[in-house]
Amino acid sequence: MTADASTINSVPAGEIELSDTAANQAFGFWIYLMTDLVLFASIFATYAVLSRNYAGGPTGKDLFDLPYAFGETMVLLFSSTTYAMAVLAMHKARKNMVLMWLAITFLLGLGFIAMEINEFYQLILDGNGPQRSGFLSAFFTLVGTHGAHVTFGLIWMAVMLVQVIIKGLTTPVQSRLMRLSMFWHFLDIVWIGVFTIVYLMGVI
Amino acid sequence: MFGKLSLAVIPLENPIIMGAVGGTILLALIILALITYYRKWTYLWQEWLTSLDHKRIGIMYIILALIMLLRGFSDAILMRSQQAIAAGTSHGYLPPGHFDQIFSAHGTIMIVFMAMPFLAGLINIVVPQQIGARDVAFPFLNAVSLWLTAAGALLVMVSLGVGEFSKAGWSGYAPLVERQYSPGTGVDYWMWAFQIAGIGSLMTSINFLVTILKMRAPGMTLMRMPMFVWTAFFTSVLMAFAFPVLTVALALLTLDRYLGMHFFTNALGGEIMMYINLFWIWGHPEVYIVILPAFGVFSEVVATFCGKRLFGYRSMVYATATIMVLSFSVWVHHFFTMGAGPDVNFFFGITTMLIAIPTGVKIFNWLFTMYRGRIRFTTPMYWTLGFIATFTLGGMAGVLLSLPPADYVLHNSLFLIAHFHTMLIPGSVFGFFAGYYYWFPKAIGFPLNEKLGKWAFWAWLIGFDLAFVPLYVLGFMGMPRRMEHYANPAWQPYLIIAAGGVAVILIGIFLQLIQLAVSIKQRHATRDLTGDPWNGRTLEWATASPPAVYNFAQTPVVHDIDAFWDMKEKDIAYRQHDRYHDIHLPKNTAKGLVNGALVFVFGFAMVWYIWWLAILSALGVIITLIVRASDDDTDYIIPAGRVEQIEKQRYRQLTAVAAERPAGGQTSLQPSPAV
Amino acid sequence: MNQAQTDSTGASRGSFKSYAVGYLLSIVLTVIPFTLVMSGAFSRSSVLFGIFCAAIVQILVHLHYFLHLDTSSAMRWNVMALVFALLIIILFVGGTLWIMYHLHYRMMV
Repeated sequence: MTADASTINSVPAGEIELSDTAANQAFGFWIYLMTDLVLFASIFATYAVLSRNYAGGPTGKDLFDLPYAFGETMVLLFSSTTYAMAVLAMHKARKNMVLMWLAITFLLGLGFIAMEINEFYQLILDGNGPQRSGFLSAFFTLVGTHGAHVTFGLIWMAVMLVQVIIKGLTTPVQSRLMRLSMFWHFLDIVWIGVFTIVYLMGVI
Repeated sequence: MFGKLSLAVIPLENPIIMGAVGGTILLALIILALITYYRKWTYLWQEWLTSLDHKRIGIMYIILALIMLLRGFSDAILMRSQQAIAAGTSHGYLPPGHFDQIFSAHGTIMIVFMAMPFLAGLINIVVPQQIGARDVAFPFLNAVSLWLTAAGALLVMVSLGVGEFSKAGWSGYAPLVERQYSPGTGVDYWMWAFQIAGIGSLMTSINFLVTILKMRAPGMTLMRMPMFVWTAFFTSVLMAFAFPVLTVALALLTLDRYLGMHFFTNALGGEIMMYINLFWIWGHPEVYIVILPAFGVFSEVVATFCGKRLFGYRSMVYATATIMVLSFSVWVHHFFTMGAGPDVNFFFGITTMLIAIPTGVKIFNWLFTMYRGRIRFTTPMYWTLGFIATFTLGGMAGVLLSLPPADYVLHNSLFLIAHFHTMLIPGSVFGFFAGYYYWFPKAIGFPLNEKLGKWAFWAWLIGFDLAFVPLYVLGFMGMPRRMEHYANPAWQPYLIIAAGGVAVILIGIFLQLIQLAVSIKQRHATRDLTGDPWNGRTLEWATASPPAVYNFAQTPVVHDIDAFWDMKEKDIAYRQHDRYHDIHLPKNTAKGLVNGALVFVFGFAMVWYIWWLAILSALGVIITLIVRASDDDTDYIIPAGRVEQIEKQRYRQLTAVAAERPAGGQTSLQPSPAV
Repeated sequence: MNQAQTDSTGASRGSFKSYAVGYLLSIVLTVIPFTLVMSGAFSRSSVLFGIFCAAIVQILVHLHYFLHLDTSSAMRWNVMALVFALLIIILFVGGTLWIMYHLHYRMMV
C-alpha cells in the first residue's frame, strides 16, 4: 500500500466536480419531480373524492367542452415536441435553432395557458366558479395547479431564452435547459392524467 | 393599506402574553447589544449568516431548535401548572381561548420548529463527513431551507404579540379551521408557518437524498454506510414523499379560507374528513421522520461507547427500511374513531401492530451490541440507556392503542398524550440530545462538561417519568386531552405530580444551559486536539475538530463498515499526502437569508391581508431566485498550497499530541473526554 | 440512426426519429380516448377501460421517448425513484378512496 492508497484524486479536482454537478442537478431535479408527482396525486385524490359533490350545481357533463380540451392537449403535446427539437439543436451547439425552438415552445405554452384562462373565465362569469361547490373547487384547483406549474415553466423558459442569448450554450446553461426539459415533459404527463380523469371521465 | 393590521391587535390586556413578549424582546435586545459590544457583526455575517457550509448551517439549525425548545417548553409549563390547579370550581389562570392557543403552539413548535430543525441540523453536520464528502449536493438549497424554517418559526413567535395563534390544535382539524369557525388571524399564522417550514423540509429531503446516493466516497457501498447515514436516507425518503401531501392539505385549506372554496367546509360539497385523511397521510410518516434520526444516533453512540461494531448491521438496515415502508401505511390509526368501520380499521390496526416488530429488532440489536462490549458510561450513553428503557414501555402503550377497540376507549385521552410524548421525548429528544453531546466536540472544537451532562440527564429522565406516568393513569381514568379545567377532583393529584415533573425537567434545562456556559469557559483546557475525542469508528472522526471548511483534503477510500476504525486498525488513519489539490467550494451568499426574510414578510402579509406587500415580497422571492439561478460564478477555490498549509498544521498538532500520550494499542491518539 | 447516443452521464439522448415516433404515438393515444368518449357508441365500462389503458400507455411513451427512461445503469436510481413514487401513490390514492368511501357510506360525511 503506497502512501496515496487512501486517495483517489489523480484527476484535477475541478473537472470531476463540474460534470458531477450536472448529473447531480439532473438527479436532484428528478427527485423533485417525484415529489411533485405525489403532490399532484394528492390533488387528484381530492378531486376524485369531491368529484360528485355538485351541491346542486353543474356537473362535468354540463360544463366540459371536449373538443376544446382536445385542442389544449394538442397544443401542449406539440410544445413538448418543439422543446425536444430545441434540445436536439442544443446538442448540435446550434444556438439560433435553440432560440427559435424555445420561442415556439414558449408561444405554444402561452397559448395553452390562454385557452385555460379563457375556460376558467367563462365558467366564473356563468357563476360556476370554484366557490360554487366542492366539485368545482377541486376542478379549478387541479387544473389550475397544473396551469400554475406551466406558468412557472414559461417564466423559466423566458429566463433561459435570455440566458442563451447572453451567455450562449455554456455547460451550466445546457444543464438548466435539460432540467427545464424534464419539467416540461413531466407537465405533459400530468396533463394526460388531467384530461383523462377530469375531462373524459367527467363527461362519461 | 395595512389590511387587518392595526395597533389594536396587540393583546395589551393579557399580562402573561405581554410578559412573554417583553421578556423575548428584552432577551433579543441583550443579544444584539452583546454582538455590537464585542464587534461581531461582520464575523456573524461572513461566517454564519451568508455561509453555505453544511457544518455552519447545521449548527444554526440546532441553535434554532434549542431556542424553540425553550419556547415550546414554556408552553408546557403553562399547561401543566394550569391543569394542576384548575379542578372543580377553580378555573386556574388561563381562560380557554388562551389555553387553546398554548396547546396549539406547543405542538406546532415542538414538532415543526424543534424536532425538524434539530434532526436537519444533526444530519447536516454529520452525514457529509460520514460519507467522505465536502458538502451536501446543493449547498444553496440547503441555506434556503434553513432560512425558510427560520421564517416559519419567526411567524409563530410574532403571533404571540401581534394578533393571536391558532386555537385549533397543532393538527388543525376542519371544519374548526375554516373561516366560518376561526375567522381570526390565528389559523392563518399556523397555516403559513407550517406551510413555509414544510417547503423547507421538502427541499432538505431532496438535498440529502442526492447527497447520500451520489456523493459517497469511493468504496463506500450502501452496505458500508454508517447507520446514521442509513437513517438519514430513510428519513429523507419519508420527507420527500410525505411532505407534498401536507403541502396539498394546507394549500387546499388556504384556498378555502382565502378564496371561499369548499374543500373542507361543511356546506356546498366539502369533505371534512378529507382534510384529516390528507393530514395524517403526512402526519404518520412525520413521526417516523423525527424518530429515525434519533435511532441513527443511538446506533452510532452504542457502537462507539461499547467499542464494538454494531450488532446485526444488515438486519438493522432491513428493519429500518421496513419501518420506513410500513410508516406510509398506518395513518388511519390516528382516526380509528372517525367511523370508517371495521374493514378499514382492521387493515390499519394490523399494519400498526406490524410496525412494532422491526422496532423491536433494532432494540435487540442495540442490546446485543452492548452485550460483552466494554461500555463507557458517557453522557451520550446515558441518554441512550434512558431511551431504551423508557421508549420500549411507551411503545407497548402504542401497541395497545393499535387495537381499534382499545383505541375507541383511549383515543384523545391522556393515555394517548402519554404514549406519544414517551415516543417523542425519550425517543426523539433524548436521541437528539445524545447526538448533540456526541458531536458537539466535532462541530465546535471542545466537549461539553460530562458531570453537568449526566445531572441534566437524570433531571430529564426523572422529570419525564413524573410528568407522564400519571398521564397514563389519568387516561385510564377517562381524562380527555386539552382540558383547561375539569370537574373531577380525583384527577388533580396526578396532575400535580405531573406539574412537579415539569419542574424537574426545567431543572434539567437549567443544568444544560449552565453546562453550555461552563464548557465554553473551560474550552481552552478541554479542547479536542485530535478530532477523535471518543475513539470513534466512522469517518467524521478523521477530520479536525472543528473540521477544515472542506472536511477532507483528499477523498478517503473506504474498505469496510466503520471506515475510520478500519483505517485506524490498518494504521493508515493519519497518513499524510504527497500532493494536494485545489478545492472548489461554494461562495457565501446573502440570498438564502434574503429569501427567508422575504418569505417571512409574505407570510405575515398574507396573515394580515396586506395584499400589496404579499405581491411585492413574492415578486422579490422570484427575482432573488432567478438572479441566483443565472449566476455562474458561485464557487471559489482554495489553492492547493493553502490546503497543504492547513493539513500540515493539523499533522503537527496530531504529532504533538501523540508525543505527549502513550500510544494505546490500535487506537492511537485517544484522549479521554474531559470530566 | 442516432439511437445509441448518450450524454455525459450515460443517459440516452433522443434523436429526431425517436421524438417523432413519441409524438405520433402520443397523438394516436390521445385521439383514441377522445373518440371513445365523444362517439357515445360504447358501453360505459369499456370506455373507462379504454381511456385508462390509453392514458397509461401514453404515459409510458412519454417516459421512454421524451424523458429517456430505460433500464440502463445511468437511469437506475431514476427508475427506482419513479417506481417507489408510484407505489406510494397507489397506496395513498387507493387508501384514500377506500377510506373516504367507507366514511361517506357510514358517516354521511
